[in-house]
Amino acid sequence: MTIVEERPPVDVDEVDLEFIEMIKKAGGPNIQSCYQCGTCSGSCPAGARTNYLVRGIIRKALLGLKNEVITAPELWYCTTCYMCTDRCPQDVKPTDVIKAIRNVAVAEGHMLKSHQDTAKKVMESGHAVPLDKDTWSELRKKSGLEPLPPNGSSSPKVAQEIRKIAKKSGFDKLIGYTEEPPAAEKKEK
Amino acid sequence: MSKRPAYYHFLGCIIPHRYPSIEKATKLVFNDLGIDLLDMVGASCCPAPGVFGSFDRVTWATIAARNLTIAEQGGHPITTGCNGCFASLWDSNHELKEDEELRAAVNRNLADIGREFKGTIEVTHYLDVLHDVVGTQKVKEHVTRPLNGVRMALHPGCHWMRPKLVKKKDDSERPHIFREICETSGAKYVHYKDELICCGAGGAVRTADLKTSLDFTKQKFDSIAAAGGADVIVTPCPFCLLQLDTGQVEIQKLFGVEYKFDIMHVSELLALAFGHEPDEFGLANHLQYSQRKTEPNWERLNLRAKAKATA
Repeated sequence: MTIVEERPPVDVDEVDLEFIEMIKKAGGPNIQSCYQCGTCSGSCPAGARTNYLVRGIIRKALLGLKNEVITAPELWYCTTCYMCTDRCPQDVKPTDVIKAIRNVAVAEGHMLKSHQDTAKKVMESGHAVPLDKDTWSELRKKSGLEPLPPNGSSSPKVAQEIRKIAKKSGFDKLIGYTEEPPAAEKKEK
Repeated sequence: MSKRPAYYHFLGCIIPHRYPSIEKATKLVFNDLGIDLLDMVGASCCPAPGVFGSFDRVTWATIAARNLTIAEQGGHPITTGCNGCFASLWDSNHELKEDEELRAAVNRNLADIGREFKGTIEVTHYLDVLHDVVGTQKVKEHVTRPLNGVRMALHPGCHWMRPKLVKKKDDSERPHIFREICETSGAKYVHYKDELICCGAGGAVRTADLKTSLDFTKQKFDSIAAAGGADVIVTPCPFCLLQLDTGQVEIQKLFGVEYKFDIMHVSELLALAFGHEPDEFGLANHLQYSQRKTEPNWERLNLRAKAKATA
């Protein structure tokens, strides 16, 4: 005898139609032709080692189960390698769907602190991987290069412009960035 | 009189800030090939496509477009040696030309800093310049020190050739362009099963979960070992290079397994093949060597260091 736990059916009242429209736009004109073959998941190097399942996310997204997909931690295991997109027999764009779902997740406050910190580096220096130590300049000199490259590392105006962009687009709020850190925090630096 | 081709050199973050040897090697190689690389003054992070593109598409496209406007003002195309930077700049350039709604939103943001995306320049990767502008035959003519006998595994990475229907660069299931460029060096191409899988670093996964991201990398190393091993792994992307290079130190710490692969960017491979000494651009400064207090395996690479690195 097998014991099967009965699961509640998909509640149609939960369906978010606006979310489905967004998914259809991100996934390309063929997304409603997805026949759940699983080529995406079978090709996925993240799915091979984690519980990240592209096929399932696409299905849930098309059912409008917004909250379920944006809050799932495994959403962040996709390395955006586009293997699924290149192999999809129906020319759906799963990677772009995942990125679009991540955008919604971030907009609704589901963002890892480590990701916020990376974004803050760009606000502060203009670069996600900044020239934040003298040793990096020394490394440049050892390669016969000037200590500061001609990018945001040699011009504070670059990061200033990025901060203006982030303020205008509202990105600063999404990552919890404030230009003037509180006095107490400043002291620690 | 034919004019030398000129490109704005988009450095990004990892090349100038962590692997400057790639920046120098590129300057040597492009100079040898008669191509001018112009400083792109005021450029920022691309910004990382899988990271910022995952967070907020409009902000990602705006910061990328800001970089594009610098090149538009100067009137030269861009070239970059990073798959990630290439993806952000190329994709945003492409999407902004196709998507009116995105373009309007981006230009509204750019107006605040007195800039406007016009869509007048093209974005290339070093691979495009080497293959389409110079040509592999001419690259080969510059090889004065063929790396004969060196076993070379390739890691093409993802974002130069994928998604294939949009990028239209190479067959992403059977790519040949990157391989042809690397083979001009005289090194012997070693095929391995997992050549085309991702290094594991992209999509903000390295930041979110280092161990999972390194598990991809480990799979690649094991696959190369199963194919009989390689003396060097070559990649056209500094983020992949960072993952493969410092990743070995991190894998040793997190998984207790030791790998000893020398990793090179395609610019470094060509600089060596064009006869430049490793010290001329600083090959021995790759981070795995400073972290492990080792140096490249000169014998295996058929090279001898001019001056041995002293601690």
